[in-house]
Amino acid sequence: MNWASWNDFLAMGGYSLYVWGSYGVTFGLMAAEIALLILRKRKTLEYLGRIRGSANQVAQ
Amino acid sequence: MAGRNWKSVNIHWFKYSSPQTFFPLATKLTPWFGGAAALLCAIGLYISFFVAPTDAQQGEAYRIIFIHVPAAWMSMFIYVVMAFWAGAGLVFNTRLSGMWASALAPSGALMTFIALWTGALWGRPTWGTWWVWDARLTSELILLFLYFGFMALQAAIDDPRRADKAGAVLALTGVVNIPIIYFSVQWWNTLHQGSSVSMKSAPTMAATMFAGMIVMALGFWMYSFAAALLRVRSIIIERERRSDWVAQYMRTLQ
Repeated sequence: MNWASWNDFLAMGGYSLYVWGSYGVTFGLMAAEIALLILRKRKTLEYLGRIRGSANQVAQ
Repeated sequence: MAGRNWKSVNIHWFKYSSPQTFFPLATKLTPWFGGAAALLCAIGLYISFFVAPTDAQQGEAYRIIFIHVPAAWMSMFIYVVMAFWAGAGLVFNTRLSGMWASALAPSGALMTFIALWTGALWGRPTWGTWWVWDARLTSELILLFLYFGFMALQAAIDDPRRADKAGAVLALTGVVNIPIIYFSVQWWNTLHQGSSVSMKSAPTMAATMFAGMIVMALGFWMYSFAAALLRVRSIIIERERRSDWVAQYMRTLQ
């Protein structure tokens, strides 16, 4: 085990700004990308549902 | 011939080359790639922090390598894949190829940004500087500009088919940057270190560090694939919105 304690883990040998700044931004941006993509899909489907509203009945 | 069925096996090579047939496949694949990404990243992060030892020279700062190298590899790989499909769309006039290239661009741009960002955060404590205009860093920054240029060019053109073609020309022109990034540390005298990992010989780093890097690279690859699949599904619906199959698909959602 590399870390004597939770505090040691967070401190990263004094490099916490650099290491957590890297990991934090990386996974934060990845989470944001997924969230934005889910929102985009939802907005597109809502918009198409609205404008197609009556067209769906006609198509059947 | 009575009683015998000589019908041959028909392999539909291009079955999934239309937006309509690819869409359900993409829907099915996305959770698998997402799950693989989560699993591989979890394992990779465990190796990165709890298995790989502290570096003798750089202390804990070197752990940025487990993000930096996978992101850099993906930034280059995604660009080549994007340029390939953009080129295929240009040559064969296929809509889905262009859609897939457009879906890959933001994922590649994200990986490039992560590589540059984590590189700067790693460089500050180890080299003493956030940035230097050496060959590798500069060419990776140019890669980011190429991704942004591709996305901006496509956004600026109203007709999606023309946007595909214009983007494809830009993507293909920029492909030369990829070998430049890769060989920059050999061709020029750079602050960025040379490669410790090559196809020809054993890696010159500790086995646990190498393992962590590879697992994270696979995790990033699965993640990029999942994000691009998610994006291409939106792109397909947006661009094919007037077709019957999209109308039917939307009815199934209600």
